[in-house]
Amino acid sequence: MRLSSTDFRGAVPAGRARSRGRAGRCTVAIKKRASAWTTFLFLAPSLVGLLAFSILPMAASLVLGFTRWDGLKPIRWSTVREMWVGLGNYAAILGDAEFWRVLSNTSYFIVLYLPLILIASISIALLLNRKKPLISAYRVIYYIPVLCSWVAGALIWKWILSPQYGLLNNILALVGIEGPAWLQDERWAMPGIVLASIWKDAGYFGLIFLGGIQGIDPSYYEAAELDGASRIQKLFRITLPLLTPTIFFVVVICVINSFQLFPQVMVMTSNGGQGAGGPLGATQVMVERIYSYAFKYYKMGYAASWSWLLFIIIFAVTAIQMRLQKKWVYYEA
Amino acid sequence: MKPKKAAAGVLWYVSATLVAVFALLPFFWMISTSLKARGALMVIPIQWIPEEPTIDAFRKVFSLVPFARAILNSLFVSVSATLITLTSASMAAYAFAKLRTRFTDKLFSVYLATMMIPMQVTVIPLFIILSRLKLIGTFSGLLLPSLFNAFAVFMLRQQFMALPEDYIDAAVMDGASQWRVFSQIAVPMCSPVIATLVVITFMGTWNDYFWPLVVLTDKAKMTLTLALNQMNGQYTTQYNTLMAGSLLSMIPILILYASAQKYFQSGLKLGGLKG
Repeated sequence: MRLSSTDFRGAVPAGRARSRGRAGRCTVAIKKRASAWTTFLFLAPSLVGLLAFSILPMAASLVLGFTRWDGLKPIRWSTVREMWVGLGNYAAILGDAEFWRVLSNTSYFIVLYLPLILIASISIALLLNRKKPLISAYRVIYYIPVLCSWVAGALIWKWILSPQYGLLNNILALVGIEGPAWLQDERWAMPGIVLASIWKDAGYFGLIFLGGIQGIDPSYYEAAELDGASRIQKLFRITLPLLTPTIFFVVVICVINSFQLFPQVMVMTSNGGQGAGGPLGATQVMVERIYSYAFKYYKMGYAASWSWLLFIIIFAVTAIQMRLQKKWVYYEA
Repeated sequence: MKPKKAAAGVLWYVSATLVAVFALLPFFWMISTSLKARGALMVIPIQWIPEEPTIDAFRKVFSLVPFARAILNSLFVSVSATLITLTSASMAAYAFAKLRTRFTDKLFSVYLATMMIPMQVTVIPLFIILSRLKLIGTFSGLLLPSLFNAFAVFMLRQQFMALPEDYIDAAVMDGASQWRVFSQIAVPMCSPVIATLVVITFMGTWNDYFWPLVVLTDKAKMTLTLALNQMNGQYTTQYNTLMAGSLLSMIPILILYASAQKYFQSGLKLGGLKG
């Protein structure tokens, strides 16, 4: 629970867990062996965690979202009654221009990030899907940005994007382009964060796509070669259509992660949490707002409402994508 | 045909190398910057390779913030979180896979459902609960939620399910307790998955930012990401020091990943039963 989906980027492509479909089989032997008490003892540590650190906080968060609790008053029913605002927080958030600015910032991130990350990571996968002498070295190199922490990666990019002495603008100057002030310019702050995110994530999704490509039945390619298909034709007629389930999976994950954008913004445009989300709030995003309201301004109730809105948005967007997948995802019959 | 093939080969190397440059150039720039004196940062044209390399920045990292302490804190926190997560999750996963009762399947779907809730939803009450228990600002507070990790339980359950029942039956028939079957048969047989999870959990904790930011309010308890974050806020323009700190923070993860590679590649082969 403590680790969000973004934190699992470590080694997923490596070992694919397999299930043997034993789920349905509960043999007599098991029933004889396992007493309910033994089962409970094995489950106990995890169950304590589930109840205390997941279920209870979730219920508390729901109640909290209907109050204007400040984090100081004692937790009693009388406090809850006294601080109760009903749907007031939600109404206030939805009525505030800030919320819509934050949503449009996030949408801007997604619009830039999603196509770029798909192109970058599919290209990486296609590059790695060869038998070349140095292939494993390239594979490791592409994965190094994934391994470093977001804080370190964001610091590096903050320096690269520094307007005057940064690497990027000095490289651009070599070809006669005068680069923008990136993170200090409200129009360029988000593209700067997108650039850093592509660099950080491409290797991870590249390996996921590589797995997808290697799962395609080679007989398709053999048939296409017999018919004299070119490389480009094979890519667009076979590889990409058969890769749509993986593309779908990556799109869903990327959109969920985009709504949970946080360390990049905190490190690159908020000076480690002291600033307020970039020039003119151009990089304010939901998690950054939740953090600020809860732990900087101690508006715990208000922040809890924000967090439920985050959940609702993620849930709705994911549900819509699930609906739409029929239209473009091709599952082999 | 032949020159065309050679051209395609060259094209492959050129594009693969370009992507590699994009991946590595930031790190090169980080290392180069970390070896510069402060004055050399603000020079145009920029120095790709420092003209007068110095390790001042590395010395400074340790004096500006308690960086050595932060390294130790990160090590302690990551090792503990990994131990707690793996112990608790493997026990639960074993129960879900091999000690099933009427309730376990329903409970497991609750576990899966919690994976959908973003941690930002639970983090505020979690903070309140921990502060009532006087655990804010302590490693215990940081580590306690590791007891529950639905993702790890899910991955390990998949693996335990694939364990042949015959092993367990044989051991139980020889009088082994469930705990012995679990710790001496099931866990060792799933060591590739466990190794993978160790790396994922260790890296996740080592690189984690949000949760330590909320819990560890005390300077002496800062983890590496928090130390870097604080330097970022206080010494905004001292990029040589910031890059030296970033470089140091990456090294343990690179070592861990390199040494765990063979586990990832060996895959999840289980064997032993014939026929």
